[in-house]
Amino acid sequence: MFEYAPAPESRAIVDIKPSYGLFINGEFVDGNGTSFKTVNPATEEVLAEVAEASDVDVDEAVKAARRAYTRVWSRMSGAERAKYLYRIARIIQERGRELAVLESIDNGKPIKESRDVDVPIVAAHFFYYAGWADKLKYSGYGETPLGVAGQVIPWNFPLLMLAWKIAPALACGNTVVLKPAETTPLTALLFAEICQQADLPPGVVNIVTGAGDTGRSIVSHPDVDKVAFTGSTEVGKAIARAVAGSDKKVTLELGGKAANIVFDDAPLDQAVEGIVNGIFFNQGHVCCAGSRLLVQESVADEVMSRLKRRMATLRVGDPLDKNTDVGAINSAEQLAKIRELSAIGESEGAERWSAPCDLPANGYWFAPTVFTGVSQAHRIAREEIFGPVLSVLTFRTPSEAVEKANNTPFGLSAGVWTDKGSRILSMANRLRAGVVWANTFNKFDPTSPFGGYKESGYGREGGRHGLEAYLRNTEKGADA
Amino acid sequence: MTPTASSTASSTSSHAVFDDVVRSDSSLRRFLHGLPGVDQVGCEARAAGLATRSIKTTSKAYAIDLAIRMVDLTTLEGQDTHGKVRALASKAMRPDPADPTCPATAAVCVYPDMVATAKQTLGDSGVNVAAVATAFPSGRAAMDIKLADTRDAVEAGADEIDMVIDRGAFLSGRYLDVFEEIAQVREACGDAHLKVIFETGELQTYDNVRRASWLAMMAGGHFIKTSTGKVQPAATLPVTLIMLEAVRDFREQTGQMVGVKPAGGIKTTKDAIKYLVMVNEICGDDWLDPDWFRFGASTLLNDLLMQRTKMTTGRYSGPDYFTLD
Repeated sequence: MFEYAPAPESRAIVDIKPSYGLFINGEFVDGNGTSFKTVNPATEEVLAEVAEASDVDVDEAVKAARRAYTRVWSRMSGAERAKYLYRIARIIQERGRELAVLESIDNGKPIKESRDVDVPIVAAHFFYYAGWADKLKYSGYGETPLGVAGQVIPWNFPLLMLAWKIAPALACGNTVVLKPAETTPLTALLFAEICQQADLPPGVVNIVTGAGDTGRSIVSHPDVDKVAFTGSTEVGKAIARAVAGSDKKVTLELGGKAANIVFDDAPLDQAVEGIVNGIFFNQGHVCCAGSRLLVQESVADEVMSRLKRRMATLRVGDPLDKNTDVGAINSAEQLAKIRELSAIGESEGAERWSAPCDLPANGYWFAPTVFTGVSQAHRIAREEIFGPVLSVLTFRTPSEAVEKANNTPFGLSAGVWTDKGSRILSMANRLRAGVVWANTFNKFDPTSPFGGYKESGYGREGGRHGLEAYLRNTEKGADA
Repeated sequence: MTPTASSTASSTSSHAVFDDVVRSDSSLRRFLHGLPGVDQVGCEARAAGLATRSIKTTSKAYAIDLAIRMVDLTTLEGQDTHGKVRALASKAMRPDPADPTCPATAAVCVYPDMVATAKQTLGDSGVNVAAVATAFPSGRAAMDIKLADTRDAVEAGADEIDMVIDRGAFLSGRYLDVFEEIAQVREACGDAHLKVIFETGELQTYDNVRRASWLAMMAGGHFIKTSTGKVQPAATLPVTLIMLEAVRDFREQTGQMVGVKPAGGIKTTKDAIKYLVMVNEICGDDWLDPDWFRFGASTLLNDLLMQRTKMTTGRYSGPDYFTLD
């Protein structure tokens, strides 16, 4: 037996403080709310005490952002702003291992993902938008910043979502108040240190920690010009209601229930990898996860047997072990939700199969799971589970695949697996999803716009399109 | 299992389930082109992903010893002499003279005219003699010459024959010719095991590698092998991945196991371990055995020995502490 000996990445590189304050106006200050604990989801070990920002703290942060906006950042030339962004990007690369280890500890994702996916793409985002800072007049969206951006991000990609929000905002000349998720605040706070290290002018980036109340306080603050949110559709709707009637600009990147469509002429071994990557990458805590597998009936049995064989080789366990493929569920609350929806899947008659794996005794864990015999009417085919649970449906013709794929309130992403190029193009035209991946899945790049249709939100992040959300288009014919 | 008549072996496969497949050129083509395609980007990404596995301490020690046992220690040069082959054979039996716990390699691999010398030195040590035959490395010779080349090596005592396929025939779509060639060589091998070399660097596409794999397995090859070592690129991780998937799927369908041998370009312990990880995760335990997986290599062995010494003593020693051959 070729057993892999433990290969843990060392924790020694990170220095987790016993408690953290809020990062306002370039300094760490105490919060006025009730502090909360962040835990390592793989062990339930308490990592640190984190301040909660009250309304007063949020107000301070917005004021600091406004001052920095009017006095420094919006007046600075794009080329000068770019220097800061490049510097931040380089520091992220230099401290990449530290960021990756901390991300895995606080979030539960495997180190191979935080090291090879999250952190490199984070740096790439800052590099990419640094390049835009002095070229905004060619963006097509004008070059006038909006002002203060209030940004609320989720726990699944704590640092990456921070980069998606902060890099374009700063490149366009805005200042930000950002709230990381309450279960994963640590890398955002380390990012605050990086802002200090980069000598970013105080107030350009403010990080306030807290839960739903803090988020509400940010998005409803009267001096916030722009709200950017990534998270659940439920909270997204609440935000849309809260800002309705104000002149705040809003972008929302919400949930998904993406169809990953496998045709009978697909490259099957690679399709199986794509299915696995689509739903088990980051424990399935991915808004664009390929959580609905639509497989052509003529190859359904073969795909399922290959998929199960592959799932049995997934290594579930210690997120810091370099050979771990699937890490811990981020929180007890999320684990409960995954368990609940899985139980509903069984009670509605779908057949459940979980990969045989030993789960650690402590921490929050869920074995990679697949449901077969799922119909469109099942809740596990309609609701976002946000965990390592795949629902499998079948189809007979391309039209049926399109109908089923689009028959969801969401529309964030989709995947198409076929050897036929023309079919890829026709499917991409007919699928109502912001991203359609062809013979691949969960590929992210700063140059590519990302965003949803329908209840998956509005606005685009990434690429040139991502600038629109942070610029006031003053050109003739554009709304002022 | 083995076809009986040598020259008419073509019309039947070594597995009855494929008799219809190999009935004609067109049925064989339909079958091979009907195999699921390979997405190049996805295949390379999967191989690169497996290559990031971190193999340390006890698992590294296990992998090094296993890799040594899987080496086909090779010399295939125009300048080969009996002296050189004897030296190589001695090294294969006792790779590390300073450490009796070091296992022997699986085989030595030589040209047919060196088989007798190798056999004489190896005796009943358990180390096999493999001979490249069939007008290695180009395979450009008449069929009867290829068969004579094979019989000559077998008669001289070769335990294993490494044949090359006719890449020209394969690339021009004459699959049945390739099939017949393999079947006939297999016949000529008698009790010797047959490894079928594709020269994947000349087949170029992963789809071709998958088709060649099935062709060779249906024709009765015991092993499928990437390269001669004379053409670049030789063995690569993604090519070996495709071949491992093929033997895995072949067993699923026929119940029969076929071995895999990447050859050429595998020089370091780190490389070898990447291959073993791939064997482990694609095919599983059953293939982690010299009977089912080999490395065709010459320089690899000394790097394995150096790493092995490092594992046991905690110290690196220089190349001068290991024999050249």
